Amino acid sequence: MSPDKLVYQANQIAKFFHSKPHDEGVAGVAEHINRFWEPRMRRQFFEMIEAGHAGFDTLVVEAAAQVRPPPPAQTVPG
Amino acid sequence: MGLIHEVDYGTPESQAEKQVTLIVDGKPVTVPEGTSIMRASMEAGVEIPKLCATDMLDSFGSCRICLVEIEGRNGTPASCTTPVSEGMVVHTRTERLDAIRKGVMELYVSDHPSGWNEERGTGLSEFDKVATEVGLEENRYGLDGRNHVAPGNGSLNIDYLVRDESNPYFTYDASQCIVCSRCVRACEDVQGTFALTIEGRGFESRIVAGMSENFVESECVSCGACVQACPTDALREKTVLEHGMPERSVVTTCAYCGVGCSFKAEMKGDEVLRMMPYKGGDANHGHSCVKGRFAYGYATHRDRILKPMIREKISDPWREVSWEEALAHTASEFRRIQHQYGRTAVGGITSSRCTNEETYLVQKLVRQGFGNNNVDTCARVCHSPTGYGLGQSYGTSAGTQDFDSVEESDVIVVIGANPTDAHPVFGSRMKQRLREGARLIVIDPRRTDLVRSPHVKADYHLALRPGTNVALLTTLAHVIVTEGLVDEQFVRERCEWDAFQDWAGFVADEANSPEVVSSYIGVPAEDIRGAARLYATGGNGAIYYGLGVTEHSQGSTAVMAIANLAMATGNIGRRGVGVNPLRGQNNVQGSCDMGSFPHELPGYRHISGDATRAIYEELWGVKLDNEPGLRIPNMLDAAVDGSFRGLYVQGEDILQSDPDTHHVAAGLAAMECVVVQDLFLNETANYAHVFLPGSTFLEKDGTFTNAERRINRVRKVMEPKARYADWEATQELARALGLDWNYTHPSQIMDEIAATTPSFANVSYELLEKMGSVQWPCNDSAPEGTPIMHVDGFVRGKGRFIRTEYVATDEKTGPRFPLLLTTGRILSQYNVGAQTRRTENVVWHDEDRLEIHPHDAEQRGIRSGDWVRVASRAGETTLRALITDRVSPGVVYTTFHHPLTQANVVTTDYSDWATNCPEYKVTAVQVAPSNGPSDWQVEYEEQARRSRRIAPLAAE
Ligand code: SF4
Ligand code: SF4
Ligand code: FES
Repeated sequence: MSPDKLVYQANQIAKFFHSKPHDEGVAGVAEHINRFWEPRMRRQFFEMIEAGHAGFDTLVVEAAAQVRPPPPAQTVPG
Repeated sequence: MGLIHEVDYGTPESQAEKQVTLIVDGKPVTVPEGTSIMRASMEAGVEIPKLCATDMLDSFGSCRICLVEIEGRNGTPASCTTPVSEGMVVHTRTERLDAIRKGVMELYVSDHPSGWNEERGTGLSEFDKVATEVGLEENRYGLDGRNHVAPGNGSLNIDYLVRDESNPYFTYDASQCIVCSRCVRACEDVQGTFALTIEGRGFESRIVAGMSENFVESECVSCGACVQACPTDALREKTVLEHGMPERSVVTTCAYCGVGCSFKAEMKGDEVLRMMPYKGGDANHGHSCVKGRFAYGYATHRDRILKPMIREKISDPWREVSWEEALAHTASEFRRIQHQYGRTAVGGITSSRCTNEETYLVQKLVRQGFGNNNVDTCARVCHSPTGYGLGQSYGTSAGTQDFDSVEESDVIVVIGANPTDAHPVFGSRMKQRLREGARLIVIDPRRTDLVRSPHVKADYHLALRPGTNVALLTTLAHVIVTEGLVDEQFVRERCEWDAFQDWAGFVADEANSPEVVSSYIGVPAEDIRGAARLYATGGNGAIYYGLGVTEHSQGSTAVMAIANLAMATGNIGRRGVGVNPLRGQNNVQGSCDMGSFPHELPGYRHISGDATRAIYEELWGVKLDNEPGLRIPNMLDAAVDGSFRGLYVQGEDILQSDPDTHHVAAGLAAMECVVVQDLFLNETANYAHVFLPGSTFLEKDGTFTNAERRINRVRKVMEPKARYADWEATQELARALGLDWNYTHPSQIMDEIAATTPSFANVSYELLEKMGSVQWPCNDSAPEGTPIMHVDGFVRGKGRFIRTEYVATDEKTGPRFPLLLTTGRILSQYNVGAQTRRTENVVWHDEDRLEIHPHDAEQRGIRSGDWVRVASRAGETTLRALITDRVSPGVVYTTFHHPLTQANVVTTDYSDWATNCPEYKVTAVQVAPSNGPSDWQVEYEEQARRSRRIAPLAAE
């Protein structure tokens, strides 16, 4: 997906969790991503976080540590 | 299999507790107090002739055919209007009664075609039967006087009215009418439209539609209630007039909307003659709307594709092939793609139009056969926020009430829903309750019919700016909290107290007060306060909401805000209250229940749960992926990126129903194998490589689950026209992929669902046969199902209040796009219209129109009926304008039933933060006069036409 769209969607989640107490908000963002984002999206997410993409909401950046790393990309039938 | 005959008891059931015993023609019978003699007799097995009475309507007492004699009383009272009393002794057949009845019938017949030896109608109406029953043989009155029957009888007959054939589905033949007023009362009491009146008096009285118009021009919505009520052939289905009475019938469930009405499909040979609403259906109690009642013609439409087809490239014409070839080809393509691009490069989409069993199989195919979780459903685009929001607040994703609950509501709040158009049969129930005096709050940018219609008027219509739902709902909560209207006892007992306090502190903030919020949501502060007070203090408060709540970037937040309101006021867990999503398509609820979402197994259990996966792993003999799969928009993104290449779409038209058509088209075009299984070559099929013919609801067994969680049986009335029912086609595909599936009947699929899903544990076809229908949860703690949820406690334990901060959508108006477009639907058409456009329903809606306020129209030099161009940053389309003050200045509105309009060319790819449900309800647009269809529309038509070509079969 286009990087802008991914940032946009992550930040949209963060906006909701901003109304919660800080730690709960961080955990909430991470949990939401873990529950609903397919590994491909999480893989792209980590690549962008590691590359220090500037667009992410601070809550998203903080949540990254609690986001589950995706399994390695595979190209053979499973 | 014969014709199912439902007993007509003549008058409605009495709800009284006290029982009364009487004797009818020597037989003792015990009935509730308040029952009519007519009904009591019927219960004793004695049928009293009747004309103006029927048990769907209150008695009226005008025809004088139902007279009886009561020992110890003078005269011959009408049995339909006389209530029973203890010890009463009734005689229904005496010489005196026979003579009176004969006399009455004779009078009727003297002014009726049957008396004129005219062959008209069916000769088999209730009226004809009564005439035979009372032994009418002669007509002593002759036929020379004034009458309504003869079209002149030699000279001009001013009393004669020609037949009204204007409605495509039924005729009105005034000469057959006996003015019993059953149709008028059905239209008023059952349907609530008030389209019919009795004009004139005595001999001159006639039934007329509207202001003496023909039916199709009047306000009649063609629900058919009057036709069903009419005891003569005056109002009669055209199919019956043409082909005679049906011979056999099967009870089944409507495949259109989330009300899920029960019908008797009445057949002659292999043809459906008519669909008759089934009184035994607990969702509709014998009522219907124009779609379910009449619009089934698409099932036999010539556009239906009955042979599988394949093609190399989407620019090639289609080639008809055998099922075997199509399935083998599909299986080898999916395997090739997985081999080349990885296990996760393929997926499937389940349909909200198909049965629970079919949906279950598609997700099983994806999880077991493809080995991933890339399965999604079009419910994504409508009610996914309901699942998320109610799940967070209450612990389950479903409406809390049954439809009957509305009978005990005192305050009804309708938010972003248009029940009289989108859920008509429930809309009629709601209107009945409103006419009995329940109060009404409508929250909708547009003045829907409910706001003001005959004998119904909303106490408050909060016409908010599109996109500000969360702000409005939160400010309602502000009033409830700050004015001390919270039901504290309920909250303390039933909800998490800490979360409540946190939430109460949040909503009480001055920033959430009506006086502040009013400025940007466009609703006066005093109306907000009034509505909040009414909901909190007016007695049983029930909230009904629709897509106007969910299809927003804050859709899930709005659902939580609604859940908060209901908890704060204690309006949950008993009859008359609750939170109720009105589902769009017939089986949206069911398709969500059946594990259609990429992160959930059936019964809303997250895929990461080891224990849940283990249940299926053991049964299916495979290891399941514990990672969530791709959602529809993600699939399209991944397709454009090249990591997703194959898609199996059952009964869905994502190109037309999903937002941002250009993006969907690009995603589909990037795939290597798109398989569409549908009745028609839909818009998505323009991008398909394989087409598998689908089956209609008439051609299969299964179940649908309606908006009240009610599981209703769908029963096969005819063989599949294209060899397989949809569940069989999926099974064949699974077998071609090497899976060992051996279902011989959908009941076995339901057994598998019940065995693996706790909330369905006790559901079986035997139970459905016995009970008619059942509402889940249905298991050992609720063996007969659950009409009302959260009665003693929430599913999640304690209810959870959640802060709902308003975040304005990024879709903002500005100088380039100054107007807000919002979308909706109308009664006669259904969703993307693939079915209804192929029926006579087009007489009511032959194109989508853009509703625009006179002020905005004038500024732009637009007159009603002009072609206008609607442009957003995503794209543009053209359609004709309709100038109306139903919409506020600054807001425009359209429906999306016709493919040429493609309203979704204009909608953007903004979506709900939690579920990616598209933000259909808000798009910033500009509107300008135009000459006709846009270049894109012309091009699209051409492309669609080319991609629908089917190659002629080579000569053998
Ligand atoms: S079809 Fe329905 S709306 Fe039309 S006149 Fe009959 S009862 Fe009224
Ligand atoms: S479309 Fe809905 S309201 Fe109409 S008959 Fe079907 S289920 Fe009932
Ligand atoms: S049926 Fe009782 S008066 Fe008509």
